[in-house]
Amino acid sequence: MRLPTWLAPHLAALRALLVLTALLGLAYPLALVAVGRLPGLAGKADGSLVTVDGVPVGSTLLGQSFTDAEGNPVPRYFQSRPSAAGDGYDPTATAASNLGPESVVDTTATDPADATPSLLTRVCQRSRAVGERDGVDGRRPYCTPDGVGAVLAVFRRDGLTGPATRVVSVNQVPPATPFLTSYEGVPVELAQPGRDYVAAGGLVTPIRGDAPAQPAVPADAVTASGSGLDPHISPAYAGIQVDRVARARGADPAAVRRLVARHTSGRSLGFLGAPTVNVLELNIALDRHLPAR
Amino acid sequence: MTPTTAGVLFVLSLAVALAAVHRPFGDHLFRVVSGRRHSRVERAVYRLVGVDPAAEQSWGGYARSVLAFSAVSVLALYGLLRLQDHLWLSLGFDAVVPHGAWNTAVSFATNTNWQWYAGESTMGHLAQMSGLAVQNFVSAAVGLAVAVALLRGFARSRTGDLGNFWVDLTRITVRVLLPLSVLGALALMIGGTVQNLSTGTEVTTLTGGGQTITGGPVASQEAIKLLGTNGGGFSNVNSAHPFANPTTWTNWLQVYLLLLIPFSLPRVFGRLVGQPRQGHAIVAVMAVLAVTSVALTTVFELSGQGTVPQAVGAALEGKEVRFDVSNSATFAAATTLTSTGAVNSFHDSYTALGGMMTMVNMMLGEVAPGGVGAGLYGLLVLAVITVFVAGLMVGRTPEYVGKKIGTREIQYASLYVLVTPALVLVGAAAAVATGNDSTALNVGPHALSEVLYAFTSASSNNGSAFAGITVNTPWWNTALGLCMLLGRYLPIVFVLALAGALARQRPVPVSEGTLPTHRPLFVGMVVGVTVILVALTFLPALALGPLAEGL
Repeated sequence: MRLPTWLAPHLAALRALLVLTALLGLAYPLALVAVGRLPGLAGKADGSLVTVDGVPVGSTLLGQSFTDAEGNPVPRYFQSRPSAAGDGYDPTATAASNLGPESVVDTTATDPADATPSLLTRVCQRSRAVGERDGVDGRRPYCTPDGVGAVLAVFRRDGLTGPATRVVSVNQVPPATPFLTSYEGVPVELAQPGRDYVAAGGLVTPIRGDAPAQPAVPADAVTASGSGLDPHISPAYAGIQVDRVARARGADPAAVRRLVARHTSGRSLGFLGAPTVNVLELNIALDRHLPAR
Repeated sequence: MTPTTAGVLFVLSLAVALAAVHRPFGDHLFRVVSGRRHSRVERAVYRLVGVDPAAEQSWGGYARSVLAFSAVSVLALYGLLRLQDHLWLSLGFDAVVPHGAWNTAVSFATNTNWQWYAGESTMGHLAQMSGLAVQNFVSAAVGLAVAVALLRGFARSRTGDLGNFWVDLTRITVRVLLPLSVLGALALMIGGTVQNLSTGTEVTTLTGGGQTITGGPVASQEAIKLLGTNGGGFSNVNSAHPFANPTTWTNWLQVYLLLLIPFSLPRVFGRLVGQPRQGHAIVAVMAVLAVTSVALTTVFELSGQGTVPQAVGAALEGKEVRFDVSNSATFAAATTLTSTGAVNSFHDSYTALGGMMTMVNMMLGEVAPGGVGAGLYGLLVLAVITVFVAGLMVGRTPEYVGKKIGTREIQYASLYVLVTPALVLVGAAAAVATGNDSTALNVGPHALSEVLYAFTSASSNNGSAFAGITVNTPWWNTALGLCMLLGRYLPIVFVLALAGALARQRPVPVSEGTLPTHRPLFVGMVVGVTVILVALTFLPALALGPLAEGL
């Protein structure tokens, strides 16, 4: 029997795919799984699990939330970065926020559960919370004192130009106090929940304010990582947490600072990446050396 | 050391390491594609496949084999994804929905690796390693095979023969991709990348919460994901995941692996046409574009313009502390300059202009250095267009490495160049016209950027994303699947037709009237043609998206 000519390459293709699947899709990965059983590699191939008293508590490569059942930070532990993975540090739902650099206008709603904060407001909220928790200045550029994005919708007489006719602080809803009393001589109103002032023609105008350009709360403390599982914080963010952790543990801040230094890694080979502090390893070391009294 | 110095050293060390292997590794690739002897494993494969390794194929025969292999790949992968709940190691996940399975099957067979899904909650281990990772290998081998066929078109004369697709596919896989993947995977495992068949380990965290430590054959898939410029991550967050890319040196290695083959291929071109300096000119074009793009992306990210980066004090949203801003930006540029699309940070949260650079890299046609094989054939098509333009300007007969660029050659080259822009612009316009752009996460110009990025990434077979946009809808999965399919195979058919036309010619002797194509002048002209073609095509769309946001 002669096969039609168009069929020949398809049969060859099918056979090629089967052969290559056996080689590349089974032999190759399974051989490497077997190699991963070798002593010295097995711990890493299985996910670098870390144990306390023989019980696994996580992976040194994965960050985790150091919060209580209500989601509040536990003061005796160094805190990880904000996370967009599930409810925070969920390896089954890894994610970044994906919010853009001009995500500055919140979606407000009468029911706060339906509201969606912009990236700017998230940054401002986190900065304010960290500042209060760790006793440092939580102010940032483009943030209001009450911790939302300092953004105005400016309505002008001729649309894009002309004098301002109406100014709304879009991220502040009653009972807040507007972060500016007036803008270009026009009094600043609060936003009504659920209203879209940008669609109504307001020009989005972020207000810089007078906060220092290099805020006391470091950048990694107010941003979500790419993986949502970032196991590290910057040495600066660890530094501002030392006093709080020491107080919660009744320990000497200098002793805590020494532990932080021991768990701080510089750049690999002197130039790769950035200096980091592994939060889980540090917290385990704290529990071992400076248990809470 | 300042972060900026460290970032510059990161790029310099990559450049030095790539330059060091350019010649030896390029020569190895040359021997792989031009040797006549077959190893025992390869002969066994030919026997099982039922092909005669000595048989040569015309461009039509070669194209039919490529298309047949790709069609079978798409169907087989579609079947595997639809049936995964009945197979082993499915981790309890359901069968993938039809529009999603179509999109993913096309995505991995076309070397795009666009992902509408989160791997850790959609794909079982068998689907990952025996479906997706296999396509990581063979889609890269297909790209390289097509490039080699084009090189043979330049190197051979008065013949219809362009080699044998099955031999090229087998040799590239067995002699290049597999051994290097084993080495890459081992290195990643030493760094901490996981490699197991675990279904997940439940742990209780320090504060009493629960966490599932996920597992899987990650290292084996990561290695070929980068080496084959595929880019499909094992999990949703791709190379940002500490289990995929645990350390700063694995991050360096990942960028190196994804640039390795594309930057070495011009050497194969030079050797095959018997003039290594022609290969040097091509690699110089790639290097000029790549260095410029990496520098611009890094500068835009480090300068941190934009309201949120200014409020934060750095463009750190969506980036890992260990990679910092500069190593993330370098990865982003490298992944979009090639057709990889793996990410170690999230482009959607980049500064407006930094994010635009990732898009511009893809719009350049992914030729600096581009995907495995696809980058080289893309750049050679641009070189053909450049000699044609230059010939028109100075009144010389357009010739390139001893071949006349006549009507037929320039028609194929022009058609090649038109495919991607047509798909991107028509696709993005269709999304906006039908209201399907409403699934974008962000608002205003950034929402258009998300739509434009999606179609650019799919049509140029990159696979990275401004990932805020929700594309798990029938419309998006179908539309992007079509873009990936047409964006891959139309250019491949045009390239193979061009190769056939070139191979039939008799060589043109070098004369007074020949434009030298190995000098800096020519390098500069190819760079110019590449940038101008892109700028003229995409500037209006970019002006409405990232430029409107960033300026």
